[in-house]
Amino acid sequence: MPSASTIQTLTQLSYLIAAALFILGLKRMSSPVTAVSGVRWAGVGMLLATIVTLAFMGASSLNLMLVIIAIAIGTVIAWVSGKRVAMTDMPQMIALYNGMGGGAAAAIAAVELYSGNEHNPVHLTMAAVGGFIGAVSFSGSLIAFAKLQGLITKSVRFSGQKFVNLAILLITVGFGFMVVSGVGADSGLPVVSLLFVFALILGVAMTLPIGGADMPVVISLYNALTGLAVGFEGFVLDNAAMIIAGTVVGSAGTLLTQLMAKAMNRSLGNVLFSNFGETSVAGGGAAGTQKPIEASDAGVMMAYSQKIIIVPGYGLAVAQAQHKVWELTQLLMDHGVKVRFAIHPVAGRMPGHMNVLLAEAGVPYDLISDLDEINAEFETADVALIIGANDVVNPDARTNKNSPIYGMPILNADKAKNVIVIKRGQGQGFSGIDNALFGLDQTRMLYGDAQAAVSQLIQAVKAAG
Amino acid sequence: MIDGVIALYIFMLAAFTGYEVISRVPVILHTPLMSGSNFVHGIVLVGAMVALATADTTLVRVIGFIGVLLAAGNAVGGYVVTERMLKMFVLAGKKKGP
Repeated sequence: MPSASTIQTLTQLSYLIAAALFILGLKRMSSPVTAVSGVRWAGVGMLLATIVTLAFMGASSLNLMLVIIAIAIGTVIAWVSGKRVAMTDMPQMIALYNGMGGGAAAAIAAVELYSGNEHNPVHLTMAAVGGFIGAVSFSGSLIAFAKLQGLITKSVRFSGQKFVNLAILLITVGFGFMVVSGVGADSGLPVVSLLFVFALILGVAMTLPIGGADMPVVISLYNALTGLAVGFEGFVLDNAAMIIAGTVVGSAGTLLTQLMAKAMNRSLGNVLFSNFGETSVAGGGAAGTQKPIEASDAGVMMAYSQKIIIVPGYGLAVAQAQHKVWELTQLLMDHGVKVRFAIHPVAGRMPGHMNVLLAEAGVPYDLISDLDEINAEFETADVALIIGANDVVNPDARTNKNSPIYGMPILNADKAKNVIVIKRGQGQGFSGIDNALFGLDQTRMLYGDAQAAVSQLIQAVKAAG
Repeated sequence: MIDGVIALYIFMLAAFTGYEVISRVPVILHTPLMSGSNFVHGIVLVGAMVALATADTTLVRVIGFIGVLLAAGNAVGGYVVTERMLKMFVLAGKKKGP
């Protein structure tokens, strides 16, 4: 057995290598060509750090056994669920795994605080702050998961909610202060437990009022928060890999959150504290009536078009229609129709969600354009085919100052010569806002589940010759 | 081993690194990247392992056990879903040919 200082050096070295692999991995993940190798590099780093820790952590045989059992259970559950989950359900799985990370950071803090071995005030503060953030991220992510999974369908809102949440925050911070300073230690209050309980309540209370459309931003925020919590606990444990990885994710996640909020033309504070959706009655109301169209007519119209722009949205994801859409696209291209996909930055439930789905179906990148690239092209398109998208093509965002989404950059589908909207019913979209596009003269509604509707379109295009 | 000011330096440099790494990412990779960074903070696993390894009371053992279980879930689940997502981009890229 090597000496204690050798072990210490070996462990630290492995953490250094792991941290470097994480950063290189993230870097490689930021280009489609190297992305898969990126996550594998990071995976090697994780494996290295885990094995070295397991080998050298010097646990009693009971604790060692517990560690191995816990890893085995966690691995099996996550492996099976991760392999099985449908691509469309990715956002909530990310929320779930992220919540687990936050919970783990909170658990580390709880171990440090309950065991009472830590007396360094800086470390105590770090442990308490990291535990607080981790616990908020844990319960908040679970609520986000439940909302996206459809387990919670209502957004709980009441007047004065902000103040209630602020009160919970202040109480939590108060207990955190008591934990760190030792004030009230002889009061008999279980301050450590109270800190965690109130932090968990805060995560729930913060997330419940947020509408489903804002969930991607919230998940991204909790991802950044978990990173920070891990970083703080890394300070407590003198673990460089945790400090570096946690902080890198914390800052990268914060930037990503801002990018997403910006794509919706809203500030982060607005997402977290405004009661989005409540004011939607003030929206302009759908001008004009919705005019339905049969799939056969829509198919003919599309078969004889020169240029079609497809705008996918969450409806495509729910219906798992991505493969059918690609089939339709290939068919149209065989007819000599120029087909492009227009992806709004916040289409679906996460930025890039649509890209992932279209990639799954095998749609090549060069057919896919983002908002800035494609917006000028709608004017030359014969048909804009909207599949289960709503707010991202709502022209009210440009014109109606009363609309809650006023100012959000949208895809200019209303500029196309014809608009076909595939939609499940006549109701409002996810955010509960009326869509002026649906009432326009050139718009026709094709009601039905996205997959069924696109299948009918395929038949219709085939029939058209 | 890692002391006050040094820790702050690590914190600062890591924060800039994270910002730089993300700032040039195309929108199409935002979801996989969020998922990838979600995997990376699964390194909390090593901390949870160390915490459980030093546990000496039942309460602390239980909390530590839950911590390791959750952390393993974060790391493994994060890896599996990220890899699945990114593999599709490779497939889509290959099909792009003639």
